[in-house]
Amino acid sequence: MAMQKHPEKIIFEYSRPGRGSYAQFPTEHDTPNTVAADIPENLRRKKPAALLPEVSELEVVRHFTKLSQLNFSIDTHFYPLGSCTMKYNPKACNQYAMLPGFLNRHPLAPDAAGQGFLACMFELQEMLKEVTGMQGVALSPMAGAHGEFAGVAMIRAYHRARGDLARNEIIVPDAAHGTNPATATMCGCAVKEIPTKDDGDIDVEALKQVVGPNTAGIMLTNPSTCGVFERRIKDVAKIVHDAGGLLYYDGANLNAILGKVRPGDMGFDVIHMNLHKTFSTPHGGGGPGAGAVGVSSRLLPFMPIPVVGREAVVGKDGDQYRWLTEKDLPQSIGRLSAFMGNAGVLLRAYIYMRMLGREGMHRVGEFATLNANYLMAVLAKKGFEPAYPGRRASHEFIITAKKQKDTLGVTAMDFAKRLLDYGFHAPTTYFPLLVPECLLIEPTETESKEALDGFIDAMVAIQKEAESQADLVKSAPHTMTVRRLDDVRAARQLDLTWKGPQELRSA
Amino acid sequence: MSDSPADLKYTKSHEWVRTLADGNVEVGITDHAQSALGDLVFVEVPEAGKSLKAGDTFAVVESVKAASDVYAPVAGTVVEGNAALGGQPELINSEPYKGGWIMVLKPSGEPQGLLSAAEYQAHLAAEG
Repeated sequence: MAMQKHPEKIIFEYSRPGRGSYAQFPTEHDTPNTVAADIPENLRRKKPAALLPEVSELEVVRHFTKLSQLNFSIDTHFYPLGSCTMKYNPKACNQYAMLPGFLNRHPLAPDAAGQGFLACMFELQEMLKEVTGMQGVALSPMAGAHGEFAGVAMIRAYHRARGDLARNEIIVPDAAHGTNPATATMCGCAVKEIPTKDDGDIDVEALKQVVGPNTAGIMLTNPSTCGVFERRIKDVAKIVHDAGGLLYYDGANLNAILGKVRPGDMGFDVIHMNLHKTFSTPHGGGGPGAGAVGVSSRLLPFMPIPVVGREAVVGKDGDQYRWLTEKDLPQSIGRLSAFMGNAGVLLRAYIYMRMLGREGMHRVGEFATLNANYLMAVLAKKGFEPAYPGRRASHEFIITAKKQKDTLGVTAMDFAKRLLDYGFHAPTTYFPLLVPECLLIEPTETESKEALDGFIDAMVAIQKEAESQADLVKSAPHTMTVRRLDDVRAARQLDLTWKGPQELRSA
Repeated sequence: MSDSPADLKYTKSHEWVRTLADGNVEVGITDHAQSALGDLVFVEVPEAGKSLKAGDTFAVVESVKAASDVYAPVAGTVVEGNAALGGQPELINSEPYKGGWIMVLKPSGEPQGLLSAAEYQAHLAAEG
């Protein structure tokens, strides 16, 4: 696909007074004035709306189509963005989630009218329980961070229900996703950070020092953001449980272990799953996600509602599904969304899991890990430095460009920007923070060997450029619609509002 | 090699401490720390009167790469936060030991466990 190379105007710049499209108004006689006729006078806007774009339907379609052509996406590019699992999402998942019966379902329709949808959601809960080894699953959190909030809120509710009121500390390793300490703080807990050792495992001795009567729990990602599996996870679980705390599993890296190891078996009490990452919803633009949570038996009573329940009906074949509410789960942490989460994302996850089946689920983790290890091994052979050379990669791994920065003045960010010119979305840069000049690379299971080799070739070519013509790399990208952005100035002088044409701004 | 003036004391978490004539201490982050963070875009400085224990977070420094907590090297009460950093966070990048100071603290006891410049340099070398 040819990338559009010229910048697209802001939609306001297409605006002409009086231009518009009325095709979406309820009747052919309605206009923007008459359609509001039944709104009381005192509730109507007195002044005209300031500077909304007045454009035709065609202009809107062209504008957003052109913007979409500026994108990097899974459907157009290899997208090895670490900790994000940007894998291919089968079109069938999208297609079946958009069947008219699903699409036109009203969220307030009686349970009896939505038994098919409810059955899908119930089976999704059951499949997620099976694949994570948890005792219950609630689907309503709308994103990963929302699921984290639900998880820590349940941990707090658990301690409170036992009268164990002093437990207000959440332990977080320094390699954690930034959302983990943020979630703990949002839930009113203090954050205790523990260090990561040089081999990528968390420092178990440091953990022993911080646990105690104030420990509410620990939040862990396993495999961690260092791209390695936490080998002493059972020891960690025992230390935290013995101290009276619970274990939270951040499911952002679930793709690595899918069908192979289960957080429930590792000793975790609660997990959130980024269904949009692991189970087939295009993501990355802040679009709808789903952060379903799974719980151990300890936390079953506290699950957020609604949850789908199944019950036999006397005198009738088959079961009946219904939403469980406060009546069924009186200790629930409550509702996290108006209805029951992002139905479209949940349906995609359900369809994806049904398509994979039990056998396919194993192969996700296997191939995600194989691809990451192949990429790491070949890049290492070509002279790039893995951050944890003694460790096998999980689904992702870290290359550090510290050597390149020290000897050539070329940083991880320069490599990332130059990769765009070679047609690759950049890996995650400068995360986790504890590895200097890091590139966190996650190829996912859906890429072919040829795609991985193409990425390796680009990295090798950029290394050669860095050695012979560093400025070319340091000033990249050269072929994108916009060149190197001044992200420092953008952050220091934040300006997100279009204030009208120049002549209006000065008036 | 990053700069670390000999007349200051340091912490392993990359803060520096300067004892002023009136017994108060000025605190900032080291040249090494600012260089590792990159261009700073936001600094949250503490308000005067805030009481701190050694090791408490007293400021947040944010670059385009990362947001990091800054820890109190000694216990005490905040006398003044550097208001200039609100509009010019880059002062920490350009002059970490002068205009980039973050707070002045009235210590409540003798500072403990601080490093000399040589010890701090050795710590940096060991950290790699």
